Amino acid sequence: MTDTTAMSAKELLGFYQEELYEEARQAKKEGKLVCWSASVAPSEFCVAMDVAMIYPETHAAGIGARKGALDVLEVADEKGYNVDTCSYARVNLGYMELLKQEALTGITPEKLEKSPAARIPLPDFVITCNNICNTLLKWYENLAVELNIPCIIIDVPFNHTMPIPQYAKDYIAEQFKEAITQLEEICGKKFDYDKFLKVQEQTQRSVAQWNRIAALSSHKPSPLNGFDLFNYMALIVCARSKDYAEITFKKFADELEENLNKGIFAFKGNEQKRVTWEGIAVWPHLGHTFKGLKNLGNIMTGSAYPGLWNVSYTPGDMSSMAEAYTRIYINTCLDNKVKVLSDVISGGKCDGVIYHQNRSCKLMSFLNVETADILQKENGLPYVSFDGDQTDPRNFSPAQFDTRIQALDEMMKQNKEGVSNE
Amino acid sequence: MFTMGIDIGSSSSKVVILEDGANIIAGEVIQIGTGSSGPKRVLDEALSKAGLKLEDMAKIIATGYGRSSVEEAHKQISEISCQAKGVFFLVPSAKLIIDIGGQDVKAIRLDSKGGVKQFFMNDKCAAGTGRFLDVMSRVLEVNLDDMAEYDARATEPATVSSTCTVFAESEVISQLSNGVAKENIIAGVHQSVASKACGLAYRCGVEEDIVMCGGVAKDLGVVRAISKELKKPVIVAPNPQITAALGAAIFAFEEVRGANK
Repeated sequence: MTDTTAMSAKELLGFYQEELYEEARQAKKEGKLVCWSASVAPSEFCVAMDVAMIYPETHAAGIGARKGALDVLEVADEKGYNVDTCSYARVNLGYMELLKQEALTGITPEKLEKSPAARIPLPDFVITCNNICNTLLKWYENLAVELNIPCIIIDVPFNHTMPIPQYAKDYIAEQFKEAITQLEEICGKKFDYDKFLKVQEQTQRSVAQWNRIAALSSHKPSPLNGFDLFNYMALIVCARSKDYAEITFKKFADELEENLNKGIFAFKGNEQKRVTWEGIAVWPHLGHTFKGLKNLGNIMTGSAYPGLWNVSYTPGDMSSMAEAYTRIYINTCLDNKVKVLSDVISGGKCDGVIYHQNRSCKLMSFLNVETADILQKENGLPYVSFDGDQTDPRNFSPAQFDTRIQALDEMMKQNKEGVSNE
Repeated sequence: MFTMGIDIGSSSSKVVILEDGANIIAGEVIQIGTGSSGPKRVLDEALSKAGLKLEDMAKIIATGYGRSSVEEAHKQISEISCQAKGVFFLVPSAKLIIDIGGQDVKAIRLDSKGGVKQFFMNDKCAAGTGRFLDVMSRVLEVNLDDMAEYDARATEPATVSSTCTVFAESEVISQLSNGVAKENIIAGVHQSVASKACGLAYRCGVEEDIVMCGGVAKDLGVVRAISKELKKPVIVAPNPQITAALGAAIFAFEEVRGANK
């Protein structure tokens, strides 16, 4: 076993990401079950049953960040998936197609061979949850049909009003029970409730450390560069029910706190303005978006996206767990979305907001116009929006992005200097 | 003191030389933009017209799509802030700017001091831009400069409903083959451009005075269509292509003056 005690948080992040993929590949070799899971589907059930997990959204983001998305997007195009479909879905369905071809013919397709992404095994079953979007239903149904494998669906109704009614929590808790029954059948063994409780407790420890990191961006200047959350997010998605996430996040939070005490900040002495980034990262252009802001002295200290995995609940209480998995801000009404984002903006002491009009994520983007309008009336902060996509590099224009963030920078400057009186 | 503003767009290059932040002593335009010989040529032309040398400039600020590639510039400022600055200088009563260039459509709302209160731009799409008009002018075999005249003679504007430039082009082709008069098609094309720009303007909040700038402001057919859509008069900025360059030159002047205080 590798000794991880001396590793930095960054090294731990890389190590555990690879470890998770290796565990899945090893499980497949040994004939154990592998599950592909939606990113905010409860991970606790499968981990309690010792199923190796792969998270296609994280895998797709990795392909995007490593500039390998176009190849697999083309495969999805050839299969007839419309370009208006979520690019995480298209990347994953394209990648699955390549894996399937390899499994059927014994020949590794060139695009799979060349792919910069970590190799993942095909799943034995999939689990999905519509608490972050409904595309995940059809996407996972397609995976299940294409591969002729079981699909566990956890249905989580949209919260048109807040607070979340008890009947919704009861319904979701019933969905959990149904998922457990399906899982028992797929795994051929009884569900281990004692282990499940331990996994729930582990999940809460991981989430607590995750929230500890996010809270550090409230310091001014900030020791945390918000874009780092996008990178560390891989483990809150893929390993929150294991200690990998807790260990890595604790290390990172400790490092950041140490830096804070020593007066070492993310942008050294160059933090001039602070922005909130609303939406998913533009993975294929992550460097460009980050550097563009950094060159203007703009640090991202607010983002509601990492908060999607703030699944805090009371272990042993299914109703509490149900609430955690349904209150995700993009599964709630406009009023609540505005409230969540408003807290993010004030928590990060931000001077402006950047809205990612993400062609892939309609759920996150369609409310942006309304949200921005309401929030600006409330806080008077300037904002811009730009066209982009989480993994399809063709939907982003670097020059258009640059113009918008430069104009935002100038508006924030104008606001701070009190030039504007309105 | 002389300052210079250079605005390198996607389809034209503009330079303004300003004396003491008040007198425009050169305002030149060349109808080719970034990546071409346009930027150098327009710079040479402006200096020659003013009888000045680059060294005479106290400060040079670049703006526009190609702003980062202007080696002569001391600083870059976005075209949003520069348009606001330039238009407000020319029309101090301006509250809303509609700027249509080669590949961008912008609506910029000003505060009472001429600062940018809010702005909205087109998404990653050529609909409603100067490029859209370029494509239509080619299909219609009517020079861009003559489009306004055709528009004025229209009796019943045709409907150009497609948002996508390529689909709108085929829509226009089909109307031509159906014998629809060019005048009416051109009025429809202008309506289509206006509808995109006004969508952004409505989001900003429409308040007079409304000023139009950018290369497309020279097409009075578009100005007419925007005015009709907004049901308000639209002022065309004097020499509407150079307003962003002018704004950059004013920023340059203010920065030098601020530094000397």
